[in-house]
Amino acid sequence: MNVIELDHATLAIGGRKILVDTSFAIKSGEFIGVLGPNGAGKTTLMRAVLGLLAPSAGRLSVFGRAPRSGDPDIGYLPQVRTVLPDMRVRGRDFIASCMHGERWGVPWLSRVDHKMIAETLAAAGARDLADRPLSDMSGGERQRLLLAQALLGEPRLLLLDEPLISLDYHYQEAVIDLVRRFARNRNITVLFSAHELNQLIGALDRVLYLGNGHAALGTVEEVVTAPVLSRLYRTEIEVVRADGHIFVLSRGRDVERADHLHDHGHDHDHHDHHHHA
Amino acid sequence: MTMVMTTTITTITTMLEYDFMRNAFIAAGVAAVVSGLVGYFLVLRGQTFAGHALGHIGFAGATGAVLIGVASLWGLVTFTVAAGIVMGLMGDRLSGRDVAIGVVLALALGFGLLFLHYYTAFATQATALLFGNVLAVDGAMIATLIGLGIITLAALAAIMRPLIFASLQPELAEAKGVPLRFISTAFLAIVALAVSESAQIVGILLVFSLMVGPPAAAQRLVTGLWSGMGLSAALALAEAWLGLAIAYYTDWPVSFCIATLSALGYFATRGRWLARRTPVAAAGERP
Repeated sequence: MNVIELDHATLAIGGRKILVDTSFAIKSGEFIGVLGPNGAGKTTLMRAVLGLLAPSAGRLSVFGRAPRSGDPDIGYLPQVRTVLPDMRVRGRDFIASCMHGERWGVPWLSRVDHKMIAETLAAAGARDLADRPLSDMSGGERQRLLLAQALLGEPRLLLLDEPLISLDYHYQEAVIDLVRRFARNRNITVLFSAHELNQLIGALDRVLYLGNGHAALGTVEEVVTAPVLSRLYRTEIEVVRADGHIFVLSRGRDVERADHLHDHGHDHDHHDHHHHA
Repeated sequence: MTMVMTTTITTITTMLEYDFMRNAFIAAGVAAVVSGLVGYFLVLRGQTFAGHALGHIGFAGATGAVLIGVASLWGLVTFTVAAGIVMGLMGDRLSGRDVAIGVVLALALGFGLLFLHYYTAFATQATALLFGNVLAVDGAMIATLIGLGIITLAALAAIMRPLIFASLQPELAEAKGVPLRFISTAFLAIVALAVSESAQIVGILLVFSLMVGPPAAAQRLVTGLWSGMGLSAALALAEAWLGLAIAYYTDWPVSFCIATLSALGYFATRGRWLARRTPVAAAGERP
């Protein structure tokens, strides 16, 4: 069964076309790495899958139907994550807020809900964050907590928008490994957007490259090639394979790394050194 | 020991023999609990300035109401709720909005002054509105405060779940179908009601004492949502009642006593927090 299917779909924000006449299908249980230059539409695609943005042309279906906002089958880790610097709320209550958070009334949680939260925190390796306030957490710790939250409620589809940002290298590996194991065991489909392909190569089933209004979905061998990427990046791209790694170069410069540094070089939380202890 | 306790109990009993003191305790208690609970979310959302602004706008409503012969509370409620809804609908262009709020609330105070200018009992009325007059509360006012309090807390309970979700993680809440704009508008209307209640006790200028001081202190002390709400309401109640008692024995203004206790409570928790934080920072790394 196809979990996500685009059929000649066009996604536009305020008249600006992000994806044009795009068609592809993602099957159940696939781990898809979503890559491409900044502004290529990684976030836009996820928002469309969440039902927050309707295609301006063509068709987009999720679980075989039109996307609906608030679908409990989808776990989501947004890229933009507002965290008030002084939020004195403990981790457990922070992620509990999303359990039936769209319902009205007073937020009572059942014993089952509490059990599920505890189990998910444990599975995401975030149990130590349950009783600590968000204001005392480092960027990496918040990220772990948010990942736990995305896994909460037995989703069938995970949309993880740049989950590796502001994480130390060894935590990035741990996050990829965790998502992969979690998803495999439960047959969850994953869309995992990232800036660098190499870290994901061992985990992903197929890669979805977005760029220049177009998308290319396929295995790394099929998609990460000079002709395909040159079209998506709209510039001369060279693909160098060495020692199990793939380098995507433009005039000798590593485009992914350049993108990454440009985008998030200053974002790293200064608390991050705590992880090295 | 026994004698001290007996004396204390006797003095409390004496204090409560007066009708106006009993009324003051009930009114302050109701307003404190409502303010402590609503204020918890105000602080959580980082919207304390909005609470302050609503008080100022309410001043124009209250004085305008007095001028046309309506009870000031209803002018206060009408103006603050309307202003809260407008602020909510204006949305989250925060940086631009803060300036706009500042200008509008100065204008509102100016209008309040104009209305007072045409009202004869100028000074008494102005002081009561700006700094509260809890010792003048009567039975009818208590009934009104309780009624308003019930409405406020019922509305808060109705939107509490999506409000918490939207406050903690707006992006995810939006993705899950929470109507962010509606929630923030409804919340500001609830804040407006709480400000109106609180202003009856400590006055428009000191609503921070009940709506911001206690919740901010509570959030320093505990990090659970329910425990935070409970502690916030308890602190507000304790500060309001203790403030009344101190005012009774010292003859200082009630609002001054409550404002002082609120500030002391807040800075005491901050001090505790700083003291606890310093060694961690000094040690540098945490495991």
